[in-house]
Amino acid sequence: MSAIRQVNRRDFLKTGGVFVVGISLFGCGKEKVPGMTKSVLTEPWSPDVYVSFDSEGTAFIISHRSEMGQGIRTGLPAVLADEMEADWERVEIVQATGDAKYGNQNTDGSWSVRGFMQPMREAGATVRLMLEQSAAQQWGVDVAECKASLHTVVHQPSGRSLDYAELVAGASELPVPGLELLQLKSPDQFRYIGKPLPIVDMHDMTHGGGMYGADTRLPGMKFAAIARPPVVFGKVKSYDAARALAVAGVEQVVEMPAAEAPAMFKSQGGIAVIASNSWAALKARDLLEIEWDDGSNANYNSDSYKQALLETVRQPGNVLRQQGDVGQALETAEQKLEAEYYAPHLAHASMEPPACVASVTADFCEIWAPSQDPQSLIPMAEAVTGFKKEQIRINVTLLGGAFGRKSKCDFAEEAVVLSRMIGAPVLVQWSREDDIRHDYFHTVSAQHLSASLTADGAVTGWRHRLAYPSIMSTFDPAVKSPAAFETGLGALNVPYDIENLSIEVGEAESRVRIGWLRSVCNIFQSFGVNSFSDEIAFARNKDPKDNLLELLGPDRALDFTDVGLEATENYPFETGRLRSVIELVADKAGWGRPMPDGHGLGIAAQYSFLSYVAAVVEVAVEADGSWTVPRVDLAIDCGQYVNPDRVKSQQEGAVVFGLSLARDSEITARNGRIVQGNFNNYRVLRIGMTPQTHIHLVDSKAPPAGVGEPGVPPIAPAVANALFAATGKRFRELPLGGKLDLAET
Amino acid sequence: MINMTINGENTQFDGDGDMPLLWYLRDLLTLTGTKYGCGKGLCGACTVHLNGAAIRSCSVAMDRLDGAVITTIEGLAAGGEHPLQIAWAEHNVPQCGYCQSGQIMQAASLLAENPSPDDQEIDDAMSGMICRCGTYQRIRAAIKSAAGGES
Repeated sequence: MSAIRQVNRRDFLKTGGVFVVGISLFGCGKEKVPGMTKSVLTEPWSPDVYVSFDSEGTAFIISHRSEMGQGIRTGLPAVLADEMEADWERVEIVQATGDAKYGNQNTDGSWSVRGFMQPMREAGATVRLMLEQSAAQQWGVDVAECKASLHTVVHQPSGRSLDYAELVAGASELPVPGLELLQLKSPDQFRYIGKPLPIVDMHDMTHGGGMYGADTRLPGMKFAAIARPPVVFGKVKSYDAARALAVAGVEQVVEMPAAEAPAMFKSQGGIAVIASNSWAALKARDLLEIEWDDGSNANYNSDSYKQALLETVRQPGNVLRQQGDVGQALETAEQKLEAEYYAPHLAHASMEPPACVASVTADFCEIWAPSQDPQSLIPMAEAVTGFKKEQIRINVTLLGGAFGRKSKCDFAEEAVVLSRMIGAPVLVQWSREDDIRHDYFHTVSAQHLSASLTADGAVTGWRHRLAYPSIMSTFDPAVKSPAAFETGLGALNVPYDIENLSIEVGEAESRVRIGWLRSVCNIFQSFGVNSFSDEIAFARNKDPKDNLLELLGPDRALDFTDVGLEATENYPFETGRLRSVIELVADKAGWGRPMPDGHGLGIAAQYSFLSYVAAVVEVAVEADGSWTVPRVDLAIDCGQYVNPDRVKSQQEGAVVFGLSLARDSEITARNGRIVQGNFNNYRVLRIGMTPQTHIHLVDSKAPPAGVGEPGVPPIAPAVANALFAATGKRFRELPLGGKLDLAET
Repeated sequence: MINMTINGENTQFDGDGDMPLLWYLRDLLTLTGTKYGCGKGLCGACTVHLNGAAIRSCSVAMDRLDGAVITTIEGLAAGGEHPLQIAWAEHNVPQCGYCQSGQIMQAASLLAENPSPDDQEIDDAMSGMICRCGTYQRIRAAIKSAAGGES
């Protein structure tokens, strides 16, 4: 076989060794070698859209989802490799281009494993069966006697075996078996699923390898920096580029087409400097003298906007969910609680600012983008260039963090527009200030919560009023109320077993571009709901954990389809699973243990992205109000998981992300301009504030659910609740700041 | 003309002396392992070694670097593995990976000065580095393990 394999290898290399991976269930390249009965591969065999083989038996597995730190380039390919009985050492990962043939590639919503575990398993099992059939054919035996194991197929009665390299050519001639013929593995047969496999990008990431958004270099490539309108939908009135053009390395200055509402994921316009290196472009960009017409968003001021939002939630809103008569309950309550919560805009601030390379020639457009949603770049490029989709290629780089920002690829449109304008490949490099000031911000929110209690502490009523600009305003500026996909992240679907309940929203106009940020509205809705639950606990003189479990009520499955939330098949909202993670984390964290002076424990729980998470946070507060977080425990039930190490690392990261927004991060606007610009004033957590974090992962048999986002929501309220436990004072506004005001109010 | 040694190779630069080292590395030499994060020395993503000590390459202009010996992540352990790179893999530190070049370069400079730092010394030395993915706990563990302490 080795001679044949060499021949094949040579043929393979002759074609350039480039893989064109597609759904080639038919018409695989193969030929009969004269004098032999066995066929050999002349082209890669692609039995499925996600996998191909070369004649050496190397399996090339497609990662069609974007890698942004969650480990998906390892996770989903490992699922396929497991079912395929591949030797992981003989697997190479190929990052997919943006192409509808791969199915959904929009890497958001903590959806990759949930959406693609089953298709990957089926793809792997299909190939495994075909390789077994190929072996059976070569040996002239019943396929039932042939079993694939670690890149070989063994004939069990005789012990003979063939390597996958010796089977792929024959397999490529077989019909692809139907799903009904597949035998998926049982969990005890898993080789990689459920095991802590190291990430495939480890070496690159520790040696300066790997290609991120700004790392592509093309012959003749130019470097661009753009001065964008400082106020959303502002326009260039006039500009003087003389000083910019005098900078060494600057080649030209061009005006981008102005942006009109709705914002969508479009370029914002502005003035672009084209140079021979990034530094010249950035330096010259700052020397542009531009007079802006700021437009109608120039009166956006966070201080007054906050007051208006708070006024809104003090009034009745549009009732989205109602049971019983909460008005009556509150009016006749023996004890009534009320509290207001506020949370500011946030920026994503991934360590890699947006960056994109595009090359538009007379008849082809190629893009290299750190995009969470590569398929979305195809219609964009079609619109900018007038090309057909066959003339467009979307390469996906590694994403240096994303957190939702890179689903919205305005930066890619900029690169395509500029490359087309200047007739050369171009890298658009955003500065950190560009990133922070021109984000699709996490929304700003106010909440007013009320509860009614009886004299003996029974909770009879819950009213939650909210107001915040909707993400939908980015697509339709007329939208002034949040959508169900926003309120349904922890407010509308509050799981508490309370007789009288009302969830209401007020109107809020958007004055900046609003977007999804890791766990989205769960961030502030969890903060409001879990903080207020804690307030109820103290009002009724109950332990906060016991109170939480009581509010949750008996184990049951909840359904919110009657209030407009979609039910997800096979994923009921089971309150018992939320109870279990609360009990687990309380146990692991030593809930109720004696605290030193100034220390306190806080607890919070949140169901999000179909996963169940609870956290216990310990804080330590000094007399001067400065505070630290010595320890966080977090328990997660995300259903079946693929890589326990990556689930844990995502939760460790979520704790840091949650502490950043709880403590430090805030975006504000003054006259429509974003005040913050870099890590000096948009602060995020550093190593010194990082707690000892303990992640408790539930071994669940439920279907796979979200991992990347669900760890974030419980952190901020657990911190605030812990601060109350430590100080006796409530903190109802984010960020809490590094130094608390402990004065009596 | 500015003469310097980068990862053991001599190189000359006669462009804009204001250009920070970072852009010379990335755009002129295509050493893209060193990352841009903030441009102001606030995040550490661009950390390299100047004569053995960690610096922020975004904030050091080329005209100050005549005679400098620079090491980037690509040259940290040319042809081999630095103990930190091994420890990083043992602890599965990276998530998105973007800041990790800078983190490793900063940690290498720490260990060169202080072969067995305690937690506080690690936190102090690494305080200028931001990891938005939040890998800090594993960074601490990996540094300790590379230093031969408990992991």
